[in-house]
Amino acid sequence: MNRRDILRRSVAAGLLATPAAGLLSGCATGGGGDKNDAETYQGTKSAQNPLGVKEDAPLEVVIFGGGFGEEYAKAHEAMYTEKYPKAKIKHSSTQEISKTLQPRFVDGTPPDVVNNSGSGQIDFNGLVSQNALAGLDDLLAAPSLDIPGKTVKDTLLPGAVEVGSYDGKFLVLNYTYTAYGIWHSAKLFADRGWSYAKTWDEHIALCKQIKAAGIAPWTYAGLHPRYMSWPLISTAIKLGGPSVATAIDNLEPNAWKSDSMRTAADAWHQIVKDKYILEGSPGLDHKQSQTAWCQGKAAFISCGSWLESEQKDVTPAGFNMTIGPTPSLGSGDKLPFEAIRGTAGEPFMVPAKARNVAGGLEYFRTMLSKKGAQDFTKKVASLTVVAGATEGVELPYGLSTVVKALDASGANGFNWVYNNFYRKLERNLVDAACGEFFSGRIGPAEFLEQCQKGADSIAQDSSIKKYKRAA
Amino acid sequence: MKHGKWPLIVTFLVPPVLLYVFFVVSPYLQAFQISTTDWLGYSADANPVGLANFKTLWHDDYVWNALKNNAILLGLVPVLTIVLGLFFATMLAMGGRKGSAGVTGVRGSALYRTVYFFPQVLSVVIIALLWKEVYHPNQGLLTSAAHAVGLPAPTWLGDPATAFWCVLAVMVWSNVGFYVVLFGAAMSAVPKEIYEAVLLDGASRFTTLRRVTLPLLWDTVQVAWVYLAIFALDGFILVQLMTNGGPNFSTDVIGVRMYDTAFGSETKFGYASAIGVVMFFLTLSVAVLSLRVGRRERIEYS
Repeated sequence: MNRRDILRRSVAAGLLATPAAGLLSGCATGGGGDKNDAETYQGTKSAQNPLGVKEDAPLEVVIFGGGFGEEYAKAHEAMYTEKYPKAKIKHSSTQEISKTLQPRFVDGTPPDVVNNSGSGQIDFNGLVSQNALAGLDDLLAAPSLDIPGKTVKDTLLPGAVEVGSYDGKFLVLNYTYTAYGIWHSAKLFADRGWSYAKTWDEHIALCKQIKAAGIAPWTYAGLHPRYMSWPLISTAIKLGGPSVATAIDNLEPNAWKSDSMRTAADAWHQIVKDKYILEGSPGLDHKQSQTAWCQGKAAFISCGSWLESEQKDVTPAGFNMTIGPTPSLGSGDKLPFEAIRGTAGEPFMVPAKARNVAGGLEYFRTMLSKKGAQDFTKKVASLTVVAGATEGVELPYGLSTVVKALDASGANGFNWVYNNFYRKLERNLVDAACGEFFSGRIGPAEFLEQCQKGADSIAQDSSIKKYKRAA
Repeated sequence: MKHGKWPLIVTFLVPPVLLYVFFVVSPYLQAFQISTTDWLGYSADANPVGLANFKTLWHDDYVWNALKNNAILLGLVPVLTIVLGLFFATMLAMGGRKGSAGVTGVRGSALYRTVYFFPQVLSVVIIALLWKEVYHPNQGLLTSAAHAVGLPAPTWLGDPATAFWCVLAVMVWSNVGFYVVLFGAAMSAVPKEIYEAVLLDGASRFTTLRRVTLPLLWDTVQVAWVYLAIFALDGFILVQLMTNGGPNFSTDVIGVRMYDTAFGSETKFGYASAIGVVMFFLTLSVAVLSLRVGRRERIEYS
């Protein structure tokens, strides 16, 4: 029998087998579900044990093995077992959260704690709409582990709960506190006698000066161009106030084409028009562009406050990376220059069908203790959502500028969450539009048009659950 | 002998067939079933929606865009790979025209054979990362080479105008080596006398290839065609690692669309299965078609 016969026969087999598909219905999807009667661990609640942890119940923790590594999690686990010595913790770390855990969610046997992060992150929209996540309200109401007289909720920075809430239900603990801004090297600027511009006109003038000095003013992650959407949207929010962001998050009609967004896109188009972007940037990924920036080939880059730890290995000594807020467009801005996008990031969740939900919440309480948070900041040089946890911790240069920027921003800080509500909108659609816009292939009007088209496609897709947030 | 036949067949054939049915056939069938549901992948709840997913798919511009790219790959990758593979294999086996030795390869053919096979030794992931660096718009090999001779260089993977062709070139590059070896092996089965006769008649190398080698290798070429067509309809790994479908969906392929719908930016497993089912039938039709169209009389040597 030759290959031709084999293929011919497999076609016949395929045709015969198709009607049998119905017989198999429900193998993958119908399997789990009724395993709810599997034993769940629940202890008795007391003042010492406000979440009702069963002290000998095993706890399974899955960590995203990304920039933060997994050592910090092992330290948190050690703190947990210190309190519950009889509990056995199963720790694992992966970069492929969705691929690894998807079958276990379906089977009804998910781990107790999941650090749902990275590019293999599970889309939260899907998780929430399928009621796959346990509510974290008990955690918020529980007393803090080592900050006396306060509940866990009292110890969190403002905005931490809102970011993890869907239709008002708090489901996702975002553990780190991240600022998004424009980064530069304080050393480079001091050497050249430049100073960070506070208004857009000054920024453009400075770019001209930088370009004349033989350095590209800007670079960006051309293969993940959404990084550039952050300063652009920030500029619009500072001009028009936080309602610009609320409209985008709530998928309001023409939210992307508001006057503020138009003005901001027009302004940002200047750096494209005047060729203030490092040549070749559209072909760089985030690591490559950040490295070019660290090598002094470009002066500015847009990133979140994880930049410093991500670039640890290639940053020259004394580089002194510094975060700055986006420049103001003018005196008509609703928010001051100091206002910066600060938000809780690095999501952790307890699956609704986890066997040890109480243990998962208790693990979160351990993470959110002052001891747990300080240990995290020391180990990975990032802030946590626990207020004041940096006290007495020596911070690396870049992170200390983040703390200063967040302090200066204070109550003027802003954020948006459409990227959490609708992962596809930022990761795919706005991302593609940014790529076209910042490489100069389309102008500001087409850019906003393409973003709006993306938002509309999400709004019209009845299979995607919609969330609203209050202004 | 006769009475021992059935136990033998049962022992050796039934377990593999069972494994095949369990691990290959049943997932396929499940995918068919899932494609008719709105399953979101993280709970056991899935509602049957009939053919709604296929209806949505018909109107999904992103899927059509990906299919268009697959169609271009299907049109170009097999042709380019087979032409290059045949050319190299011919040169290695009978390209030499020096002296009186008759039919020999070009000088250093043993070395070339090894070099052409290199990409086949590397894992696809390595190939993707390697080429990502070659296409680096500032420090990459290609840009440096272009600048060295004073030419402007595009941003390769960063420009929708070039990205797709860059990926296509890598697909051809990574496949050619295998087909050089495949065709080379087939050529060595062709009796040498035929070539000596051709040589005596004074045929050029091109005529030899077109009139003698190709007809004699037709079966092998056909198999290569089917494999490469299936590869062109997939192309997932290289695209996902090099560009993930970008910039602006210019390198998107159907496999990336399916993966992204289930594991990437969304969790629509029902819809992703529908894309998978479409892919299954497309691949099957292409395989059957290319076998039908290329059917010819088989030549027996003896």
